[in-house]
Amino acid sequence: MAHAPEPDPAASDLGEERPKWDNKAQYFLSCIGFAVGLGNIWRFPYLCQTYGGGAFLIPYLIALVFEGIPIFHVELAIGQRLRKGSVGVWTAISPYLSGVGLGCVTLSLLISLYYNAIVAWVLWYLLNSFQHPLPWSSCPPDLNRTGFVEECQGSSAVSYFWYRQTLNIAADINDSGSIQWWLLLCLAASWAVVYMCIIRGIETTGKVIYFTALFPYLVLTIFVIRGLTLPGATQGLIYLFTPKMHILQNPQVWLDAATQIFFSLSLAFGGHIAFASYNSPRNDCQKDAVVIALVNSMTSLYASIAVFSVLGFKATNDHEHCLDRAAPQGESGPPSRNILSLINEFDFPEQSISRDDYLAVLMHLNATWPKRVAQLPLKVCRLEDFLDKSASGPGLAFIVFTEAVLHMPGAPAWAVLFFGMLFTLGLSTMFGGMEAVITPMLDVGVLPRWVPKEALTGLVCLACFLFATCFTLQSGNYWLEIFDNVAASLNLLILAFLEVVGVAYVYGMKRFCDDIAWMTGRRPSPYWRLTWRVVSPLLLLTIFVAYITLLSQKPLSYRAWNPKYELFPARQEKLYPGWCSPPACCCPCCPCCGSRGSRFAQLLTRRRMWRDRDARPDTNTS
Amino acid sequence: MLWLLFFLMTAIHAELCQPGAANAFKVRLSIRTALGNKAYTWDTSEEYLFKAMVAFSMRKVPNREATEISHVLLCNVTQRVSFWFVVTDPSKNHTLPAVEVQTAIRMNKNRINGAFFLNDQTLEFLKIPSTLAPPMDPSVPIWIIIFGVIFCIVIVAITLLILSGIWQRRRKNKEPSEVDDAEDKCENMNTIENGIPCDPLDMKGGHINDAFMTEDERLTPL
Repeated sequence: MAHAPEPDPAASDLGEERPKWDNKAQYFLSCIGFAVGLGNIWRFPYLCQTYGGGAFLIPYLIALVFEGIPIFHVELAIGQRLRKGSVGVWTAISPYLSGVGLGCVTLSLLISLYYNAIVAWVLWYLLNSFQHPLPWSSCPPDLNRTGFVEECQGSSAVSYFWYRQTLNIAADINDSGSIQWWLLLCLAASWAVVYMCIIRGIETTGKVIYFTALFPYLVLTIFVIRGLTLPGATQGLIYLFTPKMHILQNPQVWLDAATQIFFSLSLAFGGHIAFASYNSPRNDCQKDAVVIALVNSMTSLYASIAVFSVLGFKATNDHEHCLDRAAPQGESGPPSRNILSLINEFDFPEQSISRDDYLAVLMHLNATWPKRVAQLPLKVCRLEDFLDKSASGPGLAFIVFTEAVLHMPGAPAWAVLFFGMLFTLGLSTMFGGMEAVITPMLDVGVLPRWVPKEALTGLVCLACFLFATCFTLQSGNYWLEIFDNVAASLNLLILAFLEVVGVAYVYGMKRFCDDIAWMTGRRPSPYWRLTWRVVSPLLLLTIFVAYITLLSQKPLSYRAWNPKYELFPARQEKLYPGWCSPPACCCPCCPCCGSRGSRFAQLLTRRRMWRDRDARPDTNTS
Repeated sequence: MLWLLFFLMTAIHAELCQPGAANAFKVRLSIRTALGNKAYTWDTSEEYLFKAMVAFSMRKVPNREATEISHVLLCNVTQRVSFWFVVTDPSKNHTLPAVEVQTAIRMNKNRINGAFFLNDQTLEFLKIPSTLAPPMDPSVPIWIIIFGVIFCIVIVAITLLILSGIWQRRRKNKEPSEVDDAEDKCENMNTIENGIPCDPLDMKGGHINDAFMTEDERLTPL
């Protein structure tokens, strides 16, 4: 029975035992924390709602079963068996595949860079939530104090707070502008917190993870309970979950479901490999993979209940404002006022038109005074239009949800809870991302052994912080978007494909099944073998090709916030600079293909082995 | 003659105060919105109070200290409640410039609001923008305070962790010398076989076979 080349103990451990998790719970929570991230809150509910509600769960579950869980199992299994980070694991499988490991590390580093910038934004909002009234509840007055700032008046107080007072965003990506000092401070604080938590690897992460992984669930529960008791919550939920089966005919739905499950589980980062490498070798990684993947999906569903009950409340609120009266000038809320417009124009007594009478009165007035009625800024107020105005990504958290929170009694408390939850979610994902970078560095021995681990993590965090300052520029948000939408996704798909193919074909299915049998006590069933060999690689290839096709169909564009745009507050569509094309965005994957990369990794590993052998006069022969 | 004068006066007044007339302003009150059940009805007495407040505001303007209540004219009162008003000069032939009236009202808006238990949203002078309250800017923004607290805690925690790491490493470096002592002690510990400590067997009644006695062995390297 051919086993993997037994990792040479002298090479794998740093002269000391490999760190271990204190207990299974820490490992479990770390993996869950890494998988459950901001995307579960602000991407899945949006996808669910856009793609026909309950019907979206079908492609989602299919993708989970045929793509998510198998690849996840592969990562946990090889990490646990070969007991190394991603570079070490791929070097052990085949020296030609060590580029995959380097690609994983590079990509994790890049993603951690911009992910922590998002966490810094969340921290900024969290710090600003400790006041009443909340700073995004009203527009600041202009210099004369006769009205509100024009940009705020034209859009809304929450948008103004996000685009102007937080990001101070430039109108164009080429306009770098200056570094925003408040964002820089928040970025420094985020990196300091991340450093504090990963300073000694899993020893410190394992203690912090109890809080960062469990706190979001507590807050979600509070929001679900509060959300369900808000008026209009049921409308939001019904709208979310009503299945529209005809949408399944659109191939875009399947593509988005597959990509969502892929990114939601944080696959191909190397983080799960790193976490699993600290496990005891005889741990049931198969059960872990299934359970963690299911927990991740359940969390997404749970979060969408919370999010959509709150959004339903907001939509109902906006609908009522639209109908009868305006929010006072400059405050959040739609500026149009139907009933009040009628009353003011025709000088009817106050509150003489109820919402039920509105349509009848409007028709009567339109018949008698059509010209005067036509002049009025009357909006058609349909609840569906407000429910449709959902958003995904930062737009959901920083604009839509912040506005919804304003209308809830005790707004600062809800804001603190919400942004606290987002902060801990982002943190726990950062732990996985950083561990994916640091574990291979420790294994390969980038720094000499006498340099303590704290120094290595400190240097990495400091370097990341310095590079990430580019996201605090005025155009930072545009760069972040392209990183997130294109660069990260494409490269992760390539790496995941190479991972599955590497294990199934290069490492050998038989060898892999033997290893799993040794670790878990039972051989993988045909379902696993089939998905690893055929289904998952095919799915990944299809997704990758579809993604590239969609991206190449039109030049990459971004939506800029330009106060001087004619259709302001609509965002202006602009093109990215010419060199920003999908091939350029695949740059981080170059190490995969570069043989130089793999040679370099080989040299490093061999050098460590020699160094370790020389350092110990009485070598263990057992 | 007197009747003619009277009609002339009313006619002039009517001309001076008209919707859309020069220097005329429209006022809109939303009493029921502001006060709900405690809303008062708008009658001539309230109009008198309004005229008094406008006259009061005008008297604060230099050169207009002689403004009387009778100089303020109201017209077109609707059920909404909304009406138009103008302020005339002492001769009652001309209306005062809009700019002056505007400045006067803006300066005293708070008093006028207070007299009617209303605010800037419920007592609107169309075309007279109200001065907004200055933003409540504390000298140190709250977020900086909280940021400072959190950052200090994090820095202290990091320092403690680094120091404890250094201390642990120093302790481990001292340990190799201690480990040898411990192993010697193990040797001297009583070995127990089948529940009977072996040492007493040597002492009590057992014979020590010199042929098998070897020198004290140090722990063999594994």
